[in-house]
Amino acid sequence: MSAAAATTPAAPAAVETGYNFAYLDEQTKRMIRRAILKGIAIPGYQVPFASREMPMPYGWGTGGVQVTAAVIGPADVLKVIDQGSDDTTNAVSIRKFFAKTAGVATTTRTREATVIQTRHRIPEEPLREGQVLVYQVPIPEPLRFLEPRETETRTLHALAEYGLMHVKLYEDIARHGHIAKTYAYPVEVAGRYVMDPSPTPKFDNPKMEMSPALQLFGAGREQRIYAVPPFTRVRSLDFEDHPFTVQRFAEPCALCAATGVYLDEVILDDRGGRMFVCSDSDHCEERRAAGHRGAMLAGAASGETTDA
Amino acid sequence: MRDPLVTLENVSKTFTLHLREGTRLDVVADVSFDVHAGECVVLGGPSGAGKSSLLKMIYGNYRCDAGAIRVRDGEDAVVDVARATPREVMRLRRTTMGYVSQFLRVIPRVGARDVVAAEGREGGLDAAAADARARALLALMNLPERLWELPPATFSGGEQQRVNIARGLIAPRRVLLLDEPTASLDAANRAVVIELIREKRAAGCALVGIFHDADVRDAVATRVVDVTRFRARPAA
Amino acid sequence: MREGALLEAHGLTKHYGSRVGCTDVSFDIFPGEVLAIVGESGSGKSTLLSVLSTEMEPTAGAVSYRMRGGSVESLFDLDEARRRVLMRTDWGFIRQDARQGLRMRVSAGGNVGERLMAIGERHYGRIRATAEDWLSRVEIDVARIDDHPITFSGGMRQRLQIARNLVTRPRLVLMDEPTSGLDVSVQARLLDLIRGLVAELGLAVIIVTHDLAVARLLSHRIMVMRHGRVIETGLTDQVLDDPREPYTQLLVSSVLAA
Repeated sequence: MSAAAATTPAAPAAVETGYNFAYLDEQTKRMIRRAILKGIAIPGYQVPFASREMPMPYGWGTGGVQVTAAVIGPADVLKVIDQGSDDTTNAVSIRKFFAKTAGVATTTRTREATVIQTRHRIPEEPLREGQVLVYQVPIPEPLRFLEPRETETRTLHALAEYGLMHVKLYEDIARHGHIAKTYAYPVEVAGRYVMDPSPTPKFDNPKMEMSPALQLFGAGREQRIYAVPPFTRVRSLDFEDHPFTVQRFAEPCALCAATGVYLDEVILDDRGGRMFVCSDSDHCEERRAAGHRGAMLAGAASGETTDA
Repeated sequence: MRDPLVTLENVSKTFTLHLREGTRLDVVADVSFDVHAGECVVLGGPSGAGKSSLLKMIYGNYRCDAGAIRVRDGEDAVVDVARATPREVMRLRRTTMGYVSQFLRVIPRVGARDVVAAEGREGGLDAAAADARARALLALMNLPERLWELPPATFSGGEQQRVNIARGLIAPRRVLLLDEPTASLDAANRAVVIELIREKRAAGCALVGIFHDADVRDAVATRVVDVTRFRARPAA
Repeated sequence: MREGALLEAHGLTKHYGSRVGCTDVSFDIFPGEVLAIVGESGSGKSTLLSVLSTEMEPTAGAVSYRMRGGSVESLFDLDEARRRVLMRTDWGFIRQDARQGLRMRVSAGGNVGERLMAIGERHYGRIRATAEDWLSRVEIDVARIDDHPITFSGGMRQRLQIARNLVTRPRLVLMDEPTSGLDVSVQARLLDLIRGLVAELGLAVIIVTHDLAVARLLSHRIMVMRHGRVIETGLTDQVLDDPREPYTQLLVSSVLAA
C-alpha cells in the first residue's frame, strides 16, 4: 500500500446501491444508538441489543459493523484495522462495505479518521477528542470461562462480585509464575464494572485509561454493546505483589525502528529467519515516510542511517 | 444437713415399644431419694431392676415420664433434668454432672492422653492442668506410658476401661454417675478406683453408682438404695 | 430473638405447588452447637437446608440471624447483595456432591483462595500462604496446592470443600450429607476432622444426614423429620437411646449400633 492512497474521498454516488445509508434501516440504528447511549451512561456495563443479521459471517465483526453503522454520518472518515493492519481481508472488506453503503470517506491514517473500527489493536498514535474507536468483540463476558451460567454472571456484575476474576489471575500465577494472560486482559472501568477489552493485547490496555476518544464495543453473536466514555478510568486487574505490566519487546521494529510499540513476528524463510515489525501498519508507514529506517531497511537506501 | 446435690422425687419411667404393638415396659415408679455432698449412693437390686435406666435418667440420657430429678448447679441454681431443655442439660453435663459408663466410646485417631485431657478441658480445666491431670490419672490407672499417645481403639477391653475411668473422673464435677466402672478391671486397678472414688467423696462430690462387685460396693458405698422397692406394679 | 442465639427459624414452610417440602419448622441454634437434622429421603430435610441457605424462599416463615456486628436481621428481608456477602463470609455450605461445592477446573489453592479474593484480598503471596495453611489443616498435602480437585479422591474433595468454606472463619456452617458416598474408613477420618474443627473454631453447624452414627458423633441436638414435619427433637443421645416416636424408634432400630 502506498502512502499516497491513504485517504479515499467520500463518494455520495455509492448510495445508489439501494440500501439505506450505512446498510441498516433507521429504526434499527436508533435501537442500537439507544443501547450505545445506555452503555456510555453506565461505563463497562454490557447492554443487550437486538443484533441483526449482517451480510458477513459471525466472527468477522458483525457487532462492530452494526455499532459503526449506527454512529457514522456522511461527514465521517472511516478507518478499519484488523490486527493493527489496514490491508487485511477483513479490514478491506469492512472499509469497502461502508464506502459502498454509506459513501463515506475512508482512510488508513489514524490522525485523519473520525471513526476507527478495530479488531485486536488500539492505534499507536494517541487518539484525540472527537474520535470514536469501535471494537469488534467475540466474547464480551469476562466471567464466562469460570461461570457458565448467564443468570449468575449478571448477578455477579450487578453486585460487583468480582472475586472470580482474581481467581483466574491467581491460577495464572500459580501455573506460570506470573499473569500469563496477554490479551483480553480484564479491566475495571470507572471503578465499577469489570470488562473484557476483547482480543486486544494487554499491551494496549494502558491506552484505554483516560483516553480522549469514545470507545464502543460491539458483540454481534452475543448481542451485547458496551462503552468507555472519554476520559474514563480503566484499570487492569492485578495483585499487589504481581502488578500489571505490559510486554516489552527486545528489539525495535525491523522496518521503522520504533520502540515502545506492539510488534508482530514475521517469518522470512524456512530456515528460521524472522523479523519483528510494527503491528500498526499505518504508524510504521508514517515513520518510514518521515525517514526512520529499521535494521531490515538499513541497506536499502544508501546514505541513510538506522535508528536502531 | 445442707441441701442435697441430687434429689429424685416420684420419678417414673415406662418404655413404649411402638415396633412391638405398643408394648409398655414399666421400668421404675415413684422413685424418691436424695444424694448429699460426700455421699456415694449405690443402687442395689438384681439386673433388670432398672438401676442402669435410673442412672441414665439422672444424666438426661433417658427421658423421665413423671416426677422430678433436681440437680444442684452451682450455689443456688437447681436444674430439673426431667423438664430441662436440651441446652440446659448440655450445660449441666459440662459444669456439674459426669457419667462413667462401662465402655469407652472410642473416638478414632485421638490418642489416649488427649481423650482424657479433652474431657478435662470440657469440664473447665485449663489446657496445662488438664494435661497434667490426664497424665497423673493414666499413671495411677497403671496404663503403660507407651500407650498414652495411641488411639484406644486398638487397646484391650481392660485398657480401654482404664482410659474411660480416667476420662470420667478428670473433670472437677460435683455429681458423678458410675455405671459399673470396675466391671472389667483386675484387683489392683479396682483398688485404685476405690481410692479415687473416696477422694471424690472427700472433695464433696455426690456419687450415684452401680457396682456388682460386693467388695467394691462395700468399700465405697455410704448407703445402698434398693431399686426393687420402686418396682412398678404390673398394669391391671 | 433469644439472648445468645445465633439463628432462629420460625414456622418455616416450603410448598412446591401442592407438594409439601417442609411444614412449620422452628428451631434455634447457639454458637458452638451442632444440630443434626435426620430423616429419610423425602422427609423434607434437604428442602429445609435449601431454605436455610437462602437458595429457596420459604412459602411461609422467617429466619432471624445475629450478624457479626450484633444486629439481628431477618434473612429473607436482607437484599440480595448483603445476603450473598453473608453467605460467603459468615456462613459456609459443605455439599454432599463436592462437584457442586468446588470449582473443579480451578486449583486447590484457587478454590481455597476464592472467598478471600471475593472479600477483597489482593495479595497473591498472602492468599497462597493462607491456602497452604488451610490445606494442611484439612490434611491435604500442601504439594497438591496447584492440582485440580478433579484429580482428588472423594475424601480429599470433601476436605477441600471444608477448607474452602472455613477460610473466612464463618460462624455458621451448613452441611448436607458430607460423608455419604465415602468409604467407611474415609468417612471416619472426615468426621473426626470435622469434629475437631467444630470444637476448635466454636462453629455452629446444621448438618443434614440420614446416618444416625454421623449425628451421634457430631451433634449435640437432633431433629427428626418425616413427611416435611419435625416429629421429635432433643438431646442427640436421648433421642437415639430413648426414642419416643414410633418413626424414630423404627429409624434407630434399623441401624446397627448407631
